[in-house]
Amino acid sequence: MTIRKTSLIQGNRACTEGALAAGVRFYAGYPITPSTEIAEIMSEELPKFGGKFVQMEDEIAGMACILGAALTGKKVLTASSGPGISLKQEAIGYAAMAEIPCVIVNVQRLGPSTGGPTSSAQGDIMQARWGTHGDHPIIALCPSSVYECFTLTVTAVNFAEKFRTPVYVLLDEIIGHMRENVELPAYEEIQIIDRKKPTCTPQEYKPYIIDESMIPEMADFGTGYRWHVTGLFHDETGFPTGKTEIIDNQLKRLMNKFSKYEDEILLWEESKIEDAEILLVAYGSTARSALDAIETLRNEGIKVGLFRPITIWPFPEKALKAKLEKVKHIIVPEMNYGQLTLEVERICKDKTLVSGLFKVNSLPITPDEIIAKVKEVL
Amino acid sequence: MRPDLHHLFRMDKLPHIWCPGCGHGIITRAIGEAIADSDIDLEQTVIVSGIGCSSRAPGYMNFDTLHTLHGRALAFATGVKLSNPQLNVFVLTGDGDATAIGGNHFIHAARRNINLNVILFNNNIYGMTGGQYSPLTPTGKMATTSPYGNLENNFDIPVLAIASGASYVARGTAFHDKLLVDCIKEGIKNKGFSLIEAMSMCPTSYGRRNKMGTAADMLNDLKTSAVNINVAKKLTPEKLEGKFLIGTLHHKPYREFTEEYDKLIDRLRKEGD
Ligand SMILES: Cc1ncc(C[n+]2csc(CCOP(=O)(O)OP(=O)(O)O)c2C)c(N)n1
Ligand code: SF4
Repeated sequence: MTIRKTSLIQGNRACTEGALAAGVRFYAGYPITPSTEIAEIMSEELPKFGGKFVQMEDEIAGMACILGAALTGKKVLTASSGPGISLKQEAIGYAAMAEIPCVIVNVQRLGPSTGGPTSSAQGDIMQARWGTHGDHPIIALCPSSVYECFTLTVTAVNFAEKFRTPVYVLLDEIIGHMRENVELPAYEEIQIIDRKKPTCTPQEYKPYIIDESMIPEMADFGTGYRWHVTGLFHDETGFPTGKTEIIDNQLKRLMNKFSKYEDEILLWEESKIEDAEILLVAYGSTARSALDAIETLRNEGIKVGLFRPITIWPFPEKALKAKLEKVKHIIVPEMNYGQLTLEVERICKDKTLVSGLFKVNSLPITPDEIIAKVKEVL
Repeated sequence: MRPDLHHLFRMDKLPHIWCPGCGHGIITRAIGEAIADSDIDLEQTVIVSGIGCSSRAPGYMNFDTLHTLHGRALAFATGVKLSNPQLNVFVLTGDGDATAIGGNHFIHAARRNINLNVILFNNNIYGMTGGQYSPLTPTGKMATTSPYGNLENNFDIPVLAIASGASYVARGTAFHDKLLVDCIKEGIKNKGFSLIEAMSMCPTSYGRRNKMGTAADMLNDLKTSAVNINVAKKLTPEKLEGKFLIGTLHHKPYREFTEEYDKLIDRLRKEGD
């Protein structure tokens, strides 16, 4: 790897480095702690790349604005936190429905409501999955280090473009504000994916017709294709329809959009999992405490391992299930009251016991707390 | 419809969904005429709308068209225009869409003086949802959610737009459609935020409940209530009581947002060289 630069940076800055490296050239948003640095850095950097930044009047506008920009062919990103992410939900559903590529960075803070602006939390896991109304597809990626903020933002932009979908990067405040030394690769070495553009003539163009890829081709506004975009159920020409059969097909396709790409989309990491009798399932900053706890416990001869979902949605279900041979008990430590625990329970309850370790008071879950929990279930 | 307008519309999508007597069709045609009479590249033209009966208009127009969320047309349009300033961007919106749920975006888009051509279809009601009162339903008038008469006050849309920073502001009506076409053409020429309030009419959800007669009677009301601003200058305040002004109400070009942004990019590029 050719290193472009080495620096001691925050997770939030690493997200902006990833966004710029992946080709994001448009940002719109509204400032909110603990995500504000992302807006500040993008306002400084984007015009240097010929890109655009605008501080909108609220988060709803920020989300809507990036979707407008995405339709002209730009790669787009917005960032926010808690209250702001709640405001964005209607437009995130629009992006899922109209299949507009976009990335939303959520630096999670303690909720509900204004909650704890500078407090860390992982309370938006279910919001990321089901925050907007109606069934819809979504991808959410969850970094555990500053470097991963960089790489996963690149991945998020690539996924958004390739699969024409909104993609979340779910940080927690600890990851967003933590500083680590990272080596950023040269731009040429970063794999970049661009959305598929139509190869047919404007006369032949049907914006939502699909081939075996399941992902329709997307024309930039202003290139003569003159297509119609709507959040209403629409047929392959893009125009609204009330025909139940078409509605049925459209939603089924949307909900299955990623299934043939699972190998590519589902990311996770395993640590000391082969002989593990107790398995920790942890993500984000909590996974760091889990790794620390595992080291101590292993020194005491306790067989503990870690399964760290990096793609939280869709959840790497098969991968987790395949690791349960020797596992007697799964513990899910998370800074909420069991949002991912529910999902793990759903997947694993026939094979093993599942317990949660929850802490929602603005403090991180410590290795000692995880160690105590492991010893409790032994 | 003028035959030379056919290529501007998706003729295969007609007939439209609007009720007989709805004013929205006249206004949509006026927008087509204004585009036909202006020297703009049709392939570089995007029409954005929110949600409402009026916001269905872009679906019939043969351009890149973006039917968004209730109230958010201006926020989407800001993204389209800022990311590609070469595009001519029109925003078609209703009185509820633009001044109730989208009121915040309205004043801020005007404040930025971003080069958008906004045609606000004002039918004094929420048409699509069956006649609830809007910020433009006159005080005292009936709506399904003001069954005892509307207690609230109204916005004066042009005043709101001017105070917020719009550089071109005009008003036309479904009756004065020639004037409306002229206003939209002026708006297209203006390099900045242009707001054209187009007085429409909704016989179904507003006229009927307020006993305003037929669609023709409502059109006649528009005719008699409107006074051209040039004529109004010669009239006494008494004569203008209960009337509204039509024509160009404000035109003051000044720095436009996307141009300023491009200048910034140029400056940074030069500093970087
Ligand atoms: C967030 C949201 N709230 C409410 C609605 C329901 N709704 C759809 S159109 C509309 C009012 C439209 O009125 P207006 O903008 O004046 O347009 P008109 O139909 O009169 O042309 C409402 C309340 C919606 N679609 N979305
Ligand atoms: S409800 Fe009113 S605004 Fe809507 S189409 Fe009918 S007449 Fe027009």
